[in-house]
This record gives sequence, structure tokens and C-alpha cells, in this order.
Amino acid sequence: MMDLSTTYLGFKLPHPLIPGASPLSADFDTIRRLEDAGAAAIVLPSLFEEQIAAEAVGTSHHMLAHQDSHAEAASYFPLADEYAMGPERYLEHVRRVSDAVQVPVIGSLNGTSPEGWLDYARLIQDAGAGALELNFYHVATDPGEDGASLERRLLDVVLAVKSHVRIPVAVKLSPFFSSFANVAQQLDQAGADGLVLFNRFYQPDIDPDALDAIPRLHLSDSSELLLRLRWLAILSGRIRASLAATGGAHTAIDAVKAVMSGAHAVQIVSALLTHGPKHLIKIRRELSHWLEEREYESLGQAQGSMSLLRCPDPEAFERGNYMKILQTWKAR
Amino acid sequence: MARRWISVDGNEAAASVAHRTNEVIAIYPITPSSTMGELADEWSSKGRANIWGQVPSVMEMQSEGGAAGAVHGALQGGALATTFTASQGLLLMIPNLYKIVGELTPFAMHVTARTIATHALSIFGDHSDVMACRQTGIAMLASNTVQEAHDFACIAQAATLASRIPFMHFFDGFRTSHEVNRIEELDDDDLRAMLPEALIAAHRERALSPDHPVLRGTAQNPDVFFQAREAANGFHIDCPGHVRDAMDRFATLTGRRYGLFDYVGHPQAERVIVLMGSGAETVEMLVESLVRSGERVGVIKVRLYRPFSVEHFIALLPASTKAIAVMDRTKEPGAIGDPLFLDVVAALNEHGQLHPKVLGGRYGLGSKEFTPAMVKAIFDELHAPQPKSHFTVGITDDVTHLSLKVDPDFSLEESDVVQAVFFGLGADGTVGANKNSIKIIGEDTPNFAQGFFVYDSKKSGAVTISHLRFGPNPIRAPYLIREASFVACHQFDFLDKYDVLGYAEPGAVLLLNAPYGQNEVWDHLSAETQQAIISKKIRLYTIDGYTVARESGMGNRINTIMQVCFFAISGVLPRDEAIEHIKEAIRKTYGKRGESVVQANFAAVDAALAHLHQVPVPVEVSSERHPAPMVSPSAPDFVQRVTAMMLANQGDLLPVSAFPVDGTWPMGTAKWEKRSIATEIPVWDQGLCIQCNKCALVCPHAAIRAKVATPESLEGRPSTFKTVPYKGAEYAGMDYIIQVAPEDCTGCSLCVMVCPAKDKANPKHKALDLHPQRPLRDPERENYEFFLDLPEVDRHTIKSDIKSTQFLEPLFEYSGACSGCGETPYIKLLTQLFGDHLLIANATGCSSIYGGNLPTTPYTTNRDGRGPSWSNSLFEDNAEFGLGMRLAVEAQANEARRLLAALRDREVIEAGLADAMLDADQSTDAGLDAQRARVLTLREQLRDRINGERGEGDEARSQARRLLVLADSLAKKSVWIVGGDGWAYDIGYGGLDHVIASGLNVNILVLDTEVYSNTGGQQSKATPMGASAKFAASGKGHNKKDLALMAMAYGSVYVARVAFGAKDAQTVKAFQEAESYPGPSLIIAYSTCIAHGYDLAHGLDQQKLAVETGSWPLFRFDPRREAAGQPAMQLESGPPRGDVGKYMRNESRFRVVEQMYPERFKELLKGAQAHVLERYALYEKMAAKKETTS
Repeated sequence: MMDLSTTYLGFKLPHPLIPGASPLSADFDTIRRLEDAGAAAIVLPSLFEEQIAAEAVGTSHHMLAHQDSHAEAASYFPLADEYAMGPERYLEHVRRVSDAVQVPVIGSLNGTSPEGWLDYARLIQDAGAGALELNFYHVATDPGEDGASLERRLLDVVLAVKSHVRIPVAVKLSPFFSSFANVAQQLDQAGADGLVLFNRFYQPDIDPDALDAIPRLHLSDSSELLLRLRWLAILSGRIRASLAATGGAHTAIDAVKAVMSGAHAVQIVSALLTHGPKHLIKIRRELSHWLEEREYESLGQAQGSMSLLRCPDPEAFERGNYMKILQTWKAR
Repeated sequence: MARRWISVDGNEAAASVAHRTNEVIAIYPITPSSTMGELADEWSSKGRANIWGQVPSVMEMQSEGGAAGAVHGALQGGALATTFTASQGLLLMIPNLYKIVGELTPFAMHVTARTIATHALSIFGDHSDVMACRQTGIAMLASNTVQEAHDFACIAQAATLASRIPFMHFFDGFRTSHEVNRIEELDDDDLRAMLPEALIAAHRERALSPDHPVLRGTAQNPDVFFQAREAANGFHIDCPGHVRDAMDRFATLTGRRYGLFDYVGHPQAERVIVLMGSGAETVEMLVESLVRSGERVGVIKVRLYRPFSVEHFIALLPASTKAIAVMDRTKEPGAIGDPLFLDVVAALNEHGQLHPKVLGGRYGLGSKEFTPAMVKAIFDELHAPQPKSHFTVGITDDVTHLSLKVDPDFSLEESDVVQAVFFGLGADGTVGANKNSIKIIGEDTPNFAQGFFVYDSKKSGAVTISHLRFGPNPIRAPYLIREASFVACHQFDFLDKYDVLGYAEPGAVLLLNAPYGQNEVWDHLSAETQQAIISKKIRLYTIDGYTVARESGMGNRINTIMQVCFFAISGVLPRDEAIEHIKEAIRKTYGKRGESVVQANFAAVDAALAHLHQVPVPVEVSSERHPAPMVSPSAPDFVQRVTAMMLANQGDLLPVSAFPVDGTWPMGTAKWEKRSIATEIPVWDQGLCIQCNKCALVCPHAAIRAKVATPESLEGRPSTFKTVPYKGAEYAGMDYIIQVAPEDCTGCSLCVMVCPAKDKANPKHKALDLHPQRPLRDPERENYEFFLDLPEVDRHTIKSDIKSTQFLEPLFEYSGACSGCGETPYIKLLTQLFGDHLLIANATGCSSIYGGNLPTTPYTTNRDGRGPSWSNSLFEDNAEFGLGMRLAVEAQANEARRLLAALRDREVIEAGLADAMLDADQSTDAGLDAQRARVLTLREQLRDRINGERGEGDEARSQARRLLVLADSLAKKSVWIVGGDGWAYDIGYGGLDHVIASGLNVNILVLDTEVYSNTGGQQSKATPMGASAKFAASGKGHNKKDLALMAMAYGSVYVARVAFGAKDAQTVKAFQEAESYPGPSLIIAYSTCIAHGYDLAHGLDQQKLAVETGSWPLFRFDPRREAAGQPAMQLESGPPRGDVGKYMRNESRFRVVEQMYPERFKELLKGAQAHVLERYALYEKMAAKKETTS
């Protein structure tokens, strides 16, 4: 049996395949099935502070708007003061899942306010999560905010969260930074225990007939993996934090590529959404076969083998354009 | 341990004891008692136990009749059971009360005494309901204060167990029931001490049980019934003694001593008032004051009204009494006197020793104020040389001259009480904040506090007036504040509309929420307001509360901001302490909703004081602005004289002669009330408009309308009046207009949401966009007046498609329904289609309140003076009421046809005319108008005959006279029976079922909000699975009743299920088919509602989602199709698509269940999903029936 073991966020995992944050891990029964399918760890869906706050305010408004305004009805809802609109439901999920499964459970958080990041991070830890993934899902639309202050904010959050929680903290990022390597390095120095590359955004589509914008989330395909591979390869071996690939890993080959580029863990979502939790067994088996067929000793042997530091053609990761052979001439 | 002091209203005070001392609670919502049942349900659902450790079982029934039956059964089964009700609800319980009394069953019920509907419905308080139960033999115990409502709930429970006589404990609805006051709470040990286990055991021993069976409820013959009826006498005779014992034990326990009657006053009083209920406190207050000034006056407060203990009453009445005024809060027309008066007269007669003069007086009907000045007038009358023997007080009766003259300037000084009045808007949270202030003052300081809240009748933009008193001693004063040292006006415009400063005593504070800076406020006040401020030496404070609220993320909730200002200015508490308490309350109220809600409130609190400013008051009036008159000078005389007074909150000043004698009210008064409640109104871009008329269709208030007009008719139009050439052949050459009624629009934005016409270069801009109302108000008012004066589109040219119907004039306009109401567009459509020949029977509920609640009403007439004739009977009988209307229409039409044929045969009426009338096809507007024209001719011929030369007394003349009276009935009339789901699915279902089975040509429109909307969100059988509602807080666990399917089972009923926001054309078609169907028709209309918990601007999208996911399938079931070999059922929505959760999760009613009980919600969602699929499959089979069998 091929040794597929890896270490991610300090957890010794039997293999690198982890179901990433998605609706799959929002459902308790599906989580059990994922565990049965051998998931090495489970990342829970993100708790979105903005959504919680907006819904809390909105629900509160709708339920209170007509209170005490007509003689016949002082209110229109039962137990109006009892409705919990905070993060309780999410935390309860964390608690339930953490109690029920044997594998590490990674909570995920998308905050908006500095207090939100800290409070919710602590709450998720206290609910039993083994680690935390900070999901910086942020579309920078404000022309008044420069890249440096955005990066500063990011670092401040990571520094603050790290000083408030005991569990390992991974940071899930988008690739949209002027100097991604620098950002990664700073996060590493700030104490991030892992970097997860990359976030995928909902892309609004347009209905040209109705003149409406329509939010869409397409499932990923393997072509999206390439961007991840490049940056994994660039960072691998240069930072202390462990690395995870997310977005575009659908097959065992995809997983091999990610690991070779430097990933310690490979998060899989779209393939599991399409084929179901059992698909994880197949990927794992094929990963094992692939390595066996090529007579690898273990997965560890391949880890980072194609990183910038170790691959035979590091320039391939650094170039912006396709280069013809003649253009790649170097003096020997 | 010391007992707690709590600030609660009378309903909570009574319910607190009832819930802790019973095992079964069966209720049905009815104002003003609903709160008691809701609290009981809330406590039980939170697992709060009674004094024996058991969580009482709370059951919502389908009617009060059902609740009484359930309670009767529970009592017979040996449980301790109770119920809460009022008014018509209590009347429905009467048959069971007879039974429960006859069977000597311990039972204490709690009633918020409320007016019985007579010439009009009133949700307010008097004793007409409880007095209607005297004859049942139930013991009647009246509490006068919030503390007494608490105490007497316990005494009634103790006395019923001891005496076996059932008890009705009652207190004044919309006074004691809704007055918040500070009371000492009875703890569980107190209640246990008052309710001996042995008596409970005895009750259980008597219960029905197969282990020791008995038979109860026999039918008795003439030989024995009478004797057996007398057999229980001893129990009734002993009852007062048991009450006395309970009161004595209660006094020992708590120190609060009550008697069967209580006397307060001079020991040698000469003038005494006898009464019961909260008014007794007012009398007592004045008596104390008069006795201090040496007057020999007194009051007897009746506690135990039934059984009436003559002995105890006489013992209390000072022997020196020369004159008694017995005050009844009810009216028995035709009786020698009202009931309490007759009882006192009889008591004196039975006793035989005392012979004072006894006057009967009537006061306080329908919550009419009862003030110390009125009490003074009563005592004065007792002095008068020739007093009125049956008088009224509190009104001016200039017809039968029964009323006493009351000194308007008399008031009772209470130097240690601070009085404050707050004018607010329903939606701004003023009442909630004041309730909270009372709690803070009453529970966190040694002070006593009292609060009472007055609401107007509107459901959108309602005005609230809060009356707060606080001071170091217990506060009684069960009447409104007249002069306050603190007046808050939370809406700037109110200063122009209402006499806000009329409440201010000299030197008072006025706290004004104004959308202006501190230096500009003064200049924006009217000359009248400036004058009042100067002459009363008022200290003016101002804050721009809405800006503070908006900036703190509070939207339009200015409640906590104004609350902070109140505490800061009034100095009831040190500022910091007050703010700390307010924040505590915020955390307590909103903590569970999440930190963001708490923080927004905190931010508002913190920002408030920085924005509060005292405005220096100049010595002279500078303003040249005067408030607009309450109604337009062009309004009819009645509106000027009567309606305008009511609108100005001066209705109390109207004399008896101002009113119709039989409850008949003029049509179309809503148009004279210009409320201007929208902050933003739609603005039309005629260039973009595609002329679909959807905006007019969806508007709940008929405040945006469409017309086409000839260029000539548009001459002289206002400069900003917009038109555009009509697109389409039918009105070629004419101009098209969309016009908003700027002062009637509520700003719900449904018209903007439905508008499909986007600017291609800037799709954010549509043919309708919202813009601030204030700058548009004057020009658009002028435009709207011009629009209304344009000729209506000729009905005969109008096609039956959705667009064309919106050129029809709505005869239901500007109702007080909620902004964005989902019911009113259907009613408006109904009046557009059939309004000129429509009779409406309207079940009590939201639609009867926005349809018929004064001061102004929305049903109106067209230019011919025709329009819907509307009436409301009761909640439970509406289908039958409408059926009666149909029978009346037919009876008169049949008689008219018979007379017409007879007069034709006698050659009095031309045969051609008569035959044309008898055979007329009136199925179209043209046909109906032709018949109306014939009626005019017929009338002429009949008049000619009546006034003709042939001698009097001949049969033909007599027939002609009768036909003249009935001639109008030859023109078609439609009867529509309208009501909500509470009526159709629950309380009125039996009647509705009978009516649809009758085969008669009536049309039933069920405005299905899936919840009791009017009484505040209680579940009905229309509530869908998974929705949270009162009595189903954790989400209803079973499916909505399929009323449509039940009706379709008859096979002879036209049935449709519609949702105008999803498929408007189908809605219109269903209305037209129902109208044309010659038998009974039932339309069940999806109605969005504030009780669904989301922004109703999205109501149309939610209707689409409801249909798309199968939650609300659309169909028409027309039995006429069967004759043509087609299936009656036409399914008009596709198979359920997607997850019902997609629809449900957009509404708080479902979402809160998911938040609170996620696992349960998952199951409910699964159930709801399965249900929509199964139901659709069934409907699909029905729709395919003929095709598969033929």
C-alpha cells in the first residue's frame, strides 16, 4: 500500500485529499458519507459575518417593523425575542460535526469587521474545530482603497486571530494581489499556519434581454488548476506555512500535480459535488496506483518536486508569455 | 422572599395567574384578549410550568365556540381548564357557559370586556359582552386595575374550586387589558396557598371516568327539569361566602384586602356612585379629593357582580345616602334601565329599609373616556333639583338630551405625578420604547409608572399616542393624560395635523423630531405652533432622529434615540444610569438576534445626546405659514362637519346629532384624507413606458392609475402633466397617462418593482423610479386632480385582457391597509370589473378594518353614483350573510319580473320593453347598461301609470307602485363574499361549506395570507407546513388545508387558485369566470402579508417563486367545461420546479424556524417538498381526467 501521508496545518493526514468548504460539508449526513469515503479532513462551509449581520438586522427589522403599531396586534410573530439570528446555528454544526467525526474538522470564516473576525474565530475554536480557515473572500471595488492598505488589513486580521486562538490558522486567498509572493511571505511571517490557493468568486453573468445581472457560480474544471500550480510551485519551500490547492483538482492526476507543485493538501469540491462523496475513494485509489505504477516510495517523495526550487525548468513558472525555443536561449 | 414588582399590562397580569393555575387552555384570538392566549402559548412553548410542575397544554381552536366546547370537555375530563376571550367571542361561548354552570364545574375564565358590534363594530371596551352573560348563572368578578386583574384571577380560581360555581373574571378591554402598570407579583407559593389540593381532588373525583363512571348531560322531561334546575340553588347562594373567604385568605397572604363590594368615601355620604370596572378608580380618585374638601360623597365599587349579594351591598351603603347614581358601561335599549341600575334598584327594594333616590347613568361605551370631570358632573347631577333619571355622560346628546354637561376645564391635580405624552408613528417604534421606559422606571427605580397607548385605525402610517405617568406613589388614573409636562412629537408633520401642543401644560417641554438643523427648526414651524410655544412658554428641544437612526444603521427606527432624549430631558433618572438601563434592555431584547443588531442600537443611543439641542424660543411669531385644512374645502358637507373632526382627533366633540341613526355611512371618504405618508413616490418616464398598465394593477392603494384621453380633453393641463401617444389601435390618436396620487401613495414600491421598462443605456432607470415625495407633492397633487377630472375610458370599449382592465375605474381606493398589502389589489380589481353592480359581504378581519374602519373608508362610487355596497356582519357568518344578500337580490328580482310580466299582460307596460327586460342578456357591461336604460324607461311608464287618470285602488296601480320600488332589481347585481383565511378555513368554514353546496350564484373571494393577520399572526388551517406563527412557534408541522380541493369535490362549484403577482392574466380570467358562473364560485387568492416577515416590495417575486416551486399551484376549475367534454380542471402552473426552500427561505416566517430548529426545519422542508409534488400530481390527474377516460 502506497504511503500517501502528508502533514497539513500540523495534522498528520493519511493522504492529502480534503473536501473543501462547500454545501457538501453543510449537511451533517453528507459529512458522514465523506468521512466514510476516507476524507483526510473536512473543511466546513464559511461562516459569512456579513450575511449573518445582514440577516439578523433584516429579520429583526421585518419582525419589528409593525410591532406596536395597531391596536389589535402588538406583534405579528411568536417568541419575537427568542429568534437567534447570530452564528449559533453554524457553531452548533461545528460542534456536532466535531463530535461525530474522527478526522480533523476545519472551520471556515469570512469576516467583515475586526471584531467579527476575532469573535467568530474564537467561537469556532470553542465549538470544537481543529483548525480554522480564514476565507478572504473580498472583491476590492473601492477605488479609494489602495492595495497596500488592503494587504495591511489582511495581515492585521491574521495577526490578531493568531494571537486569539490556539488552533492552527490557514488563510484562503484570491490570486489578485500585485505581488502575491510578497503577500504570502508576509502572511507566513505573521504566523499563518497554512495558505490555501485560491478562492473562486461568484461571477455575475448578464441577462441581455432582461438587462439584469445574475450571480452565477460555475463548478470548476481542471484547467483552473494551472494558476494554482504556478503559485504553489513559486511558494513551495520558501515559506514555513503548509500549502493547500483548491480550485480545479478533479482527478488523481490533478492531485499529483498539485502535490508536486508543493501542496500538502488538495481540496476537492466540484468533483465531489458532481460525482458524490464516494468519488473521493476513486481519486485516492487512482492516486495510489499512479504512484505505484511509477515506483514512487511514497507521496512524500513527490511533494514539491516540481516547485520553483526543484523543477528542471523554473523559468516556466516565472514567465508571463509563451516563449519560443530561440527566445529562451541562455548563455552557457 | 420578597415578592417581585413587575411592570405588565392587565392581560399579562391575568394570564400569568391563569397559566400557572391551569392544565388545559383552549383559546381563539380576539381583540383585546388575544395577548392572554399568546402569552400562555409562548410560556408553554418555552416549557414554563404551572404551580404543580406541569406545562399547560395550550390549544388554539377554530372559533370561540370551539374553545368553549374544548374547555367544557376538559373540565368534564377532570382537568383544570381556562380560556380567554371578549365580545363576540364571549357570545359564542354562552351556550357552553350555561352547561358548565348547570353542571357546577369549577372554572375561571378571563375576559377583556369589549363592546358587542351593533350599528358598528368596535374593538374597544365596555361591558356589553359580559352583561350578555348574566343569565347563564356564571359568577362575575370585576377587576378595576392591573394589580386587581392579577389578584382576582387568583381569587376567581380559588372561589370556583370552593364554590363549584364557574367564574368569569373580567376587566376593561383597552383600558386595564392594555394599561402597563407596576404590580406586586404573586409567586407560586401564594397561588399554591390559595388553591387547596383537596378541592382540586374533589373536582377530579367528579370528572367523567370509566373507572368510576357517571352520566351527565341527560335530557329531562317536564316532570323533573324544573326541580332539577332548582337543585343547585344552594351553591349559588353560598358562592358569595366562598368569594369572601377567598378574599380574606388573600388579604392575610398579601395584605391586599378586597370585598364583594368596596366602599370609599365619607362615612356619612349623601351622594354615592355605584359602578364596576376601571371607571370606579376614577370615581374613587375624585371622591377622595371631594371628601378632603368636606363633601359627603362616596363610591361603591362592585367586585362580585354575580351572584349579587344584596346583604353585602346594603351593609356597605351609608345609611345617610340620599341619592345614588348607578353607572352602567353598557346599553340595553328598551329596558327600564341598564342592568347594574336595575340590580341596585331591586336590591334596595328587597331590603326595603333605605329609600334613596336612584339615578341610572351610562358612560364609557366603546372605550369613551371617563374622566374626573365627568364624575364631577354625576355628583353635581345628584344634587340637582330635578336630576335626569337616565342620563349619559361623556358625550353631547343633542337629540334626546340625556347627556350631562361636563366642565371641560375641571381636572384632578396630582402634584406628585409626572405626565408625558408621545406622538409617534407605528413604524418608528415609539410605543415599544415607551413600554421599555415604563419597565425601566417601574422595575429599576422605586417609582411607579403607568403607560397607555392609543392607536389610530390605519395599518400603514398609523399614528400612536403614548400616555406615560410616573411618580413615587401607585398610579391609578385609568384615563388619558390631558396636560403633560413633557410632550414628544416624533413626526414633524404631526404638528400641522393634530393639536399636539394642546397636551402641553404651561412651561412644558416639547421634544421634536425634525428633519432640520437646530437653527432652522423654528422657521419651519407654522404660525399657530410658534404662537402656542410662545404663549405656553414651552421649552423646545429638537433632534434630527431619522438622520441619527440612518447613520447608526437603524433604518427608520428612531425609538431608542427618542427614548434617550426623553430620559436626558425629563431627568427621571441620572443620564448615565438611564442610558445603562436602555442598553441593558437592548441587549435583552436584541441580544439573540446577533451582535450587529445590538451594536446598531448602541450606536444610535450613543449618538442621540450629541444631536439633541435646546432651541431658543423667540418672543414673537415669525412664520407666515398656516397648516392646510384637514380636508379640502371641496369635500361634501358631511366630510367637512364630521369626518374632518375625526381626522383631527376631535371626534369626541361631535354630538349625537352628527351621526346616522343606523350605522349607515357615506361612500368614498378615504379620498378626502390626504395622509402623505410616503417618503418617496413613483415618477413616470413616459418615453420609456411600454404602456403595460402593470403598475396600476399591482398598486394596493389605487394610488397609481392609467387612462387614455383625447387631445381636446387635455387642454388646460398643468405644466408638469405628462402624456404620451397611446401605442395601439384601439385608442389610436389618444394620449396615454400614468398618474400617481402623491398624497395617497404609501411608497411601497410595488409599481416600480413590477415595471418592466428599463432604459437601455442605463438600466438602473426604469419607466417608474422612486423620488422624494416632498418636492413632488404640490405639482403632482395638481396633476392628479386634473387626471381624475379627465373622462373615464368608455367601459364598452374595454377588452377583457389584463392591460385593458386597468383602464377601468377602481371603486376601492386609498385604504388604510399596510403598505404593500397583498390583499387589496384583488379587491381593487373586483371593484374595477364589477363595482357598479356589486354587493359585498365582508368577514371581520383585515379586510373589514381597512374596508370599513372609520374615520375614512375606501369603497367609493363612479360618476353615475353607482358602486359597491358593502357590509360586515360578523367573523363567523360571512358566507351565510352573503347568501342572504343573494336571496334578497333574487327575491326582489323575481318579484319585479312577476310584476313586470303582469303589467305587460295588463298592457300597462309596453310588451316590447317588458320582454326585452325579461330576456335581457346582462353578461356584458353593454348588456347591463342597456338594461339600466330600460329601467329608466320602465320607471317613466310606471310613473305615468301611477299618476294617470284611472282610479285609485286598482290592482294595476298597486302593482305599478310596487314595481317602481323594485325596478332597479331588474338590472343585474353580483354578490361577492370576501374575507380572510381565518374566516374561510376556520371560524366560517361550516357556513362557507354550506353556501358553496347551496348552488346559489354567489362568489367567494378568500384573501389567503395563511395566517390570522388582523389579530397578529396566529396560525390558521391555511398556514403552510414549516411556517412559524403564534400557536405554531416552532413551525407548523402539518400541511395547509386544501380548501380548493374540498370545494372541487362538490363538482358544482367554480374554484380558482390565483396569485396576481405570478400570473395576473389568470387572476383576471378567474374573476371574470367566477362572476359569469351561474352557481357558487370560490377564488382563493395568494395574499402577501407583513406577517410573512420580509420586505413586501419583493411580494411579486415571492408570488412567482411560490407558484414556480409548487407551493401555490394555479388553476381554474370550471364545471361548465364538463358539458363540453373537457376536464373542469385547468392546471395553469407547471410542475414544481426547484426546491420549495428557495421560496420559503426568503420569508422570516419560515427562516426563523430554520434558525431556531434546524433539524426540525429540515424535516418540515422535506414534508413540504413531498406535499407540493403529491398535490401537483393529483391536480394533474384531475386536469387530465377527460382525456384519459374519453
